[in-house]
Amino acid sequence: MPQIEIKSINAFYDKLHVLKNIELNVSKGEIVSLIGPSGSGKSSLLKMLVGLLIPKSGKIYLNGNQVNFKNQSDLRTIREQIAIVFQQYNLFQNMNVLKNVCIAPTKIQKRNPKEVNEQALTLLEKVGLKDKLNSYPDELSGGQQQRVAIARALCLNPQILLLDEITSALDPELVKEVLDSIRLLASEGMTMLIVSHEMNFVKEVSSRVVFMDEGSIIEINNPKNIFEKPKEKRTLDFVSKILKEK
Amino acid sequence: MERLIEEIPNFFTIWNVIFLAKAMGVTFLLTAIGCLVGFSVGGLLAIFRKTKSIYLLPLRIFIIIYTEIFRRVPFLVSLLLFFYVFQIIKISDDLFLIATITVCIIATAYIGEIIRSGIESINQTQWDAATAMNFTYYQTLREVIFPQAWKVILPPAFGFFIMFIKDTALASQIGVMELTFAAKILNNKGFSPLLSFGTILILYFILSFPLDRFGKYMERKLASNRN
Amino acid sequence: MGYTLVYTQVLEFLPYLIKGAWISLQIAILAFFGGMFFGLILATIRSFGNNISNKIVIWYVTFFTNTPQLVQIYFLFFALPEFGILLSPYIAVLLGMTLNAAAYLCEIQRAGFLSIRQNELDAAKTLNFSLFQQVKYVILPHIMRVLFPPLSNHYIIMTLGTSMAAIFGVEELTGRAFNINSETFRSVEIFSITALIYIVITFIATFLLAIIGRYFFKAKIRIIQ
Repeated sequence: MPQIEIKSINAFYDKLHVLKNIELNVSKGEIVSLIGPSGSGKSSLLKMLVGLLIPKSGKIYLNGNQVNFKNQSDLRTIREQIAIVFQQYNLFQNMNVLKNVCIAPTKIQKRNPKEVNEQALTLLEKVGLKDKLNSYPDELSGGQQQRVAIARALCLNPQILLLDEITSALDPELVKEVLDSIRLLASEGMTMLIVSHEMNFVKEVSSRVVFMDEGSIIEINNPKNIFEKPKEKRTLDFVSKILKEK
Repeated sequence: MERLIEEIPNFFTIWNVIFLAKAMGVTFLLTAIGCLVGFSVGGLLAIFRKTKSIYLLPLRIFIIIYTEIFRRVPFLVSLLLFFYVFQIIKISDDLFLIATITVCIIATAYIGEIIRSGIESINQTQWDAATAMNFTYYQTLREVIFPQAWKVILPPAFGFFIMFIKDTALASQIGVMELTFAAKILNNKGFSPLLSFGTILILYFILSFPLDRFGKYMERKLASNRN
Repeated sequence: MGYTLVYTQVLEFLPYLIKGAWISLQIAILAFFGGMFFGLILATIRSFGNNISNKIVIWYVTFFTNTPQLVQIYFLFFALPEFGILLSPYIAVLLGMTLNAAAYLCEIQRAGFLSIRQNELDAAKTLNFSLFQQVKYVILPHIMRVLFPPLSNHYIIMTLGTSMAAIFGVEELTGRAFNINSETFRSVEIFSITALIYIVITFIATFLLAIIGRYFFKAKIRIIQ
């Protein structure tokens, strides 16, 4: 049974049809990357999976249970199991690093503060920020903020992690430190959905790659094939163009 | 001018000084109560105005109409309207109470708008992050939005405190014994208008100026902190 | 209760009230543009003047923004005659509102000047714009976009402020409401209708200002906040 099952999902931003008939299954421990031109619906797909975008039609199953997006308790359940890291980090500006990581587990999940604190310290050490516990987001570089955001997402103990273009707001020299944190997670068997423009990274970590364009999934393939011999012409156009740019 | 100098010792008698101090107290009290209520109720209005639930739609419409109305009617007209309404329903004929209620109602409309635009000044990314981590609307406001928004809310709020100190001068028109009415009484007693109105201009200034300074200081400080 | 609201009698006075609203509008517009002009002079002194003239402007603004307009007008109306200067109620109100507006509009206009960015001017200079062209294409559009919303806002505040004129016997909207009130004693009806007229005229003003702002200055003004 797939961990996430997405069945003919359609979603809109106002009048804009951003997700068209999306079908996708993700199994436990899989790392699925979403690639495609900007505005192709990759980020919308991730946003929908945490209920920031409510689909108009279609079905989603999480661990075999259908998610009703109109039901607040269903929304709470998916958000407990799926954590997201945003392109703009979205750290809470009024809280220091440690508080950013600890607030949701203690205040929302009502877990033991001491235990949460310990976990937060471990996670922040893992992403190399143990010495920044009391810093505020605006005192950190983009790369550091993004690593805090990753620690914050992991501290929620999610089953699935969504990464929404987490390196595209970063300076090139900061990209590596963030990707290294993700490689570490990948080796630990976390289920992940990754939207990324870092094609080499995508090729390296993904179990499957999804190519999207204009709100539709055009092709799902393994990383080797999608870059070397894609089935669809649109995939080929996109891939050859983006590889040429590099 | 000579007449003025002759008049000064007669004007600043102990009786007159106490009279003016009391009036100044009334002006201050009217403003303080108005702003306190305005902040609490206005805050609630702002919070409900930003809700999304379909069940609260009538409440949101009511809030919009309320704020639009009381920010588009002159204070003097609202004051007289409430004054006459109170005469009809005969709940109370306490002029101070009527003026206080009017100030509160208008302050709520204005301060509610300041608080709402403070909430709106916070980036959507903060809402997204909180929502994705299962914060409820009220948790997000308490933990994330208000701790950031107060910096945007406070400087203009000081501007409105000052506006209300000045607007309460209109309460003299229904006979509330505040500074302006006190000046009119002194003037009617035969003191020169230069002295009566000049003195209360200074007293208003004494009430308002520290707030003005403090608000501007805060604005500078918070602005430099943000960058 | 023992009191029933009867609007029929008051509605007969509607044309009389609406003519009063025209006078309110007249006072607001005259005081606004007077205040703009005088405020511009103050803002210019503040930007280019020496230390002493700066201080004078600062104190002018501080004094007028920290004391009630009503008392300022009282002062003009009752205290100036002691110096042999007699003002009619209309002129006293207009003068008081203009002096008051000048203080606020000086601050608003100065904030507009300060918002001009040096790099935009530099860009214009490197493109060989003449001074006139710089003003026309760079400075003015920028300033107007920044200034238009707070100016519109202040105009609405001033429209509401004109009701003070009634206290001095000027027969504008509120003044006429006073007149009808002493004739008919239908107070609640009169003042609720008056309130409604203020709501309508400020809505019309906001609407027009929003259109002007959007089409001429690319400034966004929300009609309903």
